[in-house]
Amino acid sequence: MLEYARWKYILIAVVLLLGLLFALPNLFGEDPALQAARKDHSAVTSDGAKEVEAFLTERKIHFEKSYLDGGRLMVRFGNVADQLAARDAVNEKYVDKYITALSFAPRTPEFLRALGLRPMPLGLDLRGGLYLLYQVDVNAAVGQALEGYAQDARRALASAKIPVKDVSTIAVGSDKPNAVRVLLPPEADVSAARSALTQALQGLSISTDSLASGSAISGVMTTAQIRERQDYAIQQNITTLRNRVNELGVSEPIVQRQGVDRINVQLPGVQNSAEVKDILGRVATLEFRLEDMQNNALEAQQLGRAPLGSKLYTHTRFGRPVLLKREVIATGDQLTNATSGQSQEGPAVNIKLDARAGENMLKTTQANLNKRMAVVLIEKRRETSEVDGKKTTRDVTDEEVINDATIRGVFSNQFQITGLGAGEARELALLLRSGSLATGIYAIEERAVGPSLGRENIQKGVTALVVGMAGVFLFMALYYQTFGLVADLVLLANVVLLTALLSMMRASLSLPGIAGIILTVGMAVDANVLIYERIREEVRKGVSPQAAIRSGFDKALSAITDSNITTLIAGVVLWVLGTGPIKGFAVVLTLGILTSMFTSLMGSRALLTLMYGGRRKLARLAIG
Amino acid sequence: MEFFSHQTSFPFMATRKWWYALSAVFMVVSLASFFTRGLNLAIDFTGGVNAEVSFSRATDVDAVRTQLTAAGFNEPQVQNFGSSRDIAIRLPPDAKQSATEVRARLEGALKAADPGVQVVQLDVVGPQVGGELRASAMYALFFTLFFIFLYIAWRFHTWRLSLGAIFAVLHDPILVIGFFSITQMPFDLAVVAAILAVIGYSLNDTVVVFDRIRERFETNRRSAPATVLDESINQTLSRTIMTKVVTSIVVVALLFLGGPVLKGFSAALLIGIIAGTYSSIYISSAIALDCGLTAEHVFPSVKKAALDHLP
Repeated sequence: MLEYARWKYILIAVVLLLGLLFALPNLFGEDPALQAARKDHSAVTSDGAKEVEAFLTERKIHFEKSYLDGGRLMVRFGNVADQLAARDAVNEKYVDKYITALSFAPRTPEFLRALGLRPMPLGLDLRGGLYLLYQVDVNAAVGQALEGYAQDARRALASAKIPVKDVSTIAVGSDKPNAVRVLLPPEADVSAARSALTQALQGLSISTDSLASGSAISGVMTTAQIRERQDYAIQQNITTLRNRVNELGVSEPIVQRQGVDRINVQLPGVQNSAEVKDILGRVATLEFRLEDMQNNALEAQQLGRAPLGSKLYTHTRFGRPVLLKREVIATGDQLTNATSGQSQEGPAVNIKLDARAGENMLKTTQANLNKRMAVVLIEKRRETSEVDGKKTTRDVTDEEVINDATIRGVFSNQFQITGLGAGEARELALLLRSGSLATGIYAIEERAVGPSLGRENIQKGVTALVVGMAGVFLFMALYYQTFGLVADLVLLANVVLLTALLSMMRASLSLPGIAGIILTVGMAVDANVLIYERIREEVRKGVSPQAAIRSGFDKALSAITDSNITTLIAGVVLWVLGTGPIKGFAVVLTLGILTSMFTSLMGSRALLTLMYGGRRKLARLAIG
Repeated sequence: MEFFSHQTSFPFMATRKWWYALSAVFMVVSLASFFTRGLNLAIDFTGGVNAEVSFSRATDVDAVRTQLTAAGFNEPQVQNFGSSRDIAIRLPPDAKQSATEVRARLEGALKAADPGVQVVQLDVVGPQVGGELRASAMYALFFTLFFIFLYIAWRFHTWRLSLGAIFAVLHDPILVIGFFSITQMPFDLAVVAAILAVIGYSLNDTVVVFDRIRERFETNRRSAPATVLDESINQTLSRTIMTKVVTSIVVVALLFLGGPVLKGFSAALLIGIIAGTYSSIYISSAIALDCGLTAEHVFPSVKKAALDHLP
């Protein structure tokens, strides 16, 4: 008699059922779809969905199904023509309400979707799209922090009435890098200056040097502060990139940190990379400043220098130069929301500031009623040029005054910017809303896959999978007869479990991932072969069929675990060190080893015990 | 159905000098080619631009090359693939230009030649990224070998078996690298992944054979070591061959049906599997024998084992 514990049967049955359930959504394929998210970031309601449905029906655009998914509306279509027609119609009708994106939606039946079951997402190499790896200029982030400290130092010394020769920031390359350095004239009270600075530059390590021409006080950023500053810059850039990607209306984008100072962005389905990259990489922020009304800007332009306390802006959207006060009332970082809308004077951007900036704005507007305030748009970009065969990169800052208006009333954290075109208002609101990048970023790697190539890749992958599996199945059935069929069933269960695990993890499937699945099938056979060859050996020795099955499994166990461990080592190393598709391959390889151990050791034993265990008279095994 | 008579008895150990010689020839040729010809590293490792372009009409490769050179690209490699309209372009890395600029210029140059041109695939890898990927591939190789050596040292109680396994672990990737060096097929990240899989996978067979050797020594302490090794290899032979045949079926399917992206990957796997089968049958055990392996080494001493069981 051959027996197998009941709980093991139950475990196998439960695992298999769960596996089938999780793997099921992958069978239905995808349809072209339109994804609509509300511009104000609130969730789409079912009434809103009905309205869009009614609108599409009215326009005679045929859609298969529409449903709400994570606060967004998904509408599925039978073909691409309907999808495109629907996008144009929705964009035209709901221009201020929805951001649309073309995507694919799984044809998963309602009950599966309600359970939260989804198919594996496809990687960029299978779907087509754009992959970008951005390098973040973290040193610039530290530089910005130093500038901030320098301003604090100036302010503190001025209010303590201590004379100052110079305040400068020192970046890398000196004996005291990452520091703010204050030079004091000989007559200055060094200890008073030091105590004022200690307070203003909290957290920096302060030191004093005596020089021939007075003394110098330096505040150096600690390593921890620098790291914190860099991390903050990366995090902020990720948030900004994510916002911009969402505003662009890309479906299922991925924006994530990679290593110390990199951000990787994956945009499925995106083709027009130039436009996308322009918007993603733009470093734009705003400054609100008062206009200097005492001096004449044209005069300053002719003289080539601005009066004390003011700055001359020659690049303005209204064509004439303007002088603005040096003090910044509020910056783009302090913005909490920006939307485009209509005012009595035409298109406008509605601005909302945070509490601190609001307070500042209130004070300023109270004191400067009927004076003029300007909005400066600051964009940074990196320019690479070649000088004497040497590559030099420099950061270029474009400052443009986009708006200059009279302060009509006292306001604090909510106000409007007017005097823009409708398109300008929308673009400005988008850029402001998505926030500014903390520091410059530039693409160091870019991979684009066209949609037709993606389709071709997936087709080839699936063909190879089907043909390879069919070959293995046929071979096993011929070579091991009934036992071979058992092995085939077990292999199938293995693929189901692997697919289920990958779907549960939401790991995106790449072409190397498909190769990993195929390889898993080939390798999972090994465990079965080890067992069957053992059983054959036992049978040859004259052992009874059922005892042969038992000892076949028992004796093959150590060889199976042993031989899988070595592949597991390679898989885990690749998982940890690999990126992108290679990681996808490693994930599949590693999980595949685990599922194949489970299915061939437990699954096939349970099946064989069911088939042969209860038979009293078993003359021979159909093992070929 | 069976491919093997019930008990094969090939004299692997007696003929081992021939197998050593064959292996040595392959390894020397592989290493010689690697050091003289090197590898055709893909842009994953060198940095640069890889583009697949589909023209609206049949296009002359030389014309495209001239056009690209005129547009200021250094040494563009231009090849046909598939049809006369489909062209693959490879450009060397250019530290002076960002990914974005390269793309814009390439598209501009091609559009001038044919407005209907379509860029099907475009990979731009900055030189610094290439260097990093090269480093991380080396790390991956190093860590895999390190952990596998640890595993081998722990698993086989005697250095004689360990040495045999380590040889197999080095032998198989060297032959794969040699193959890529001789054929000059592009060596990319996926090939590295395949080599790591091969290292893990080829060791499977060696481990299974060694497992059997241990078992045989346990039951036949009196037999000559060479006989025990021969028996062990013969007994596991049908499993070794069977497994490899089945795995080869899927790898061959990948090689011929998986498309160009997986070509290098599946070629590396196929060569690795063949080399791995060879080394685990003909070489690993033979090395252990030449290191003087006996039953004593596998089961150090009966007395000590008995002592361990005392309270």
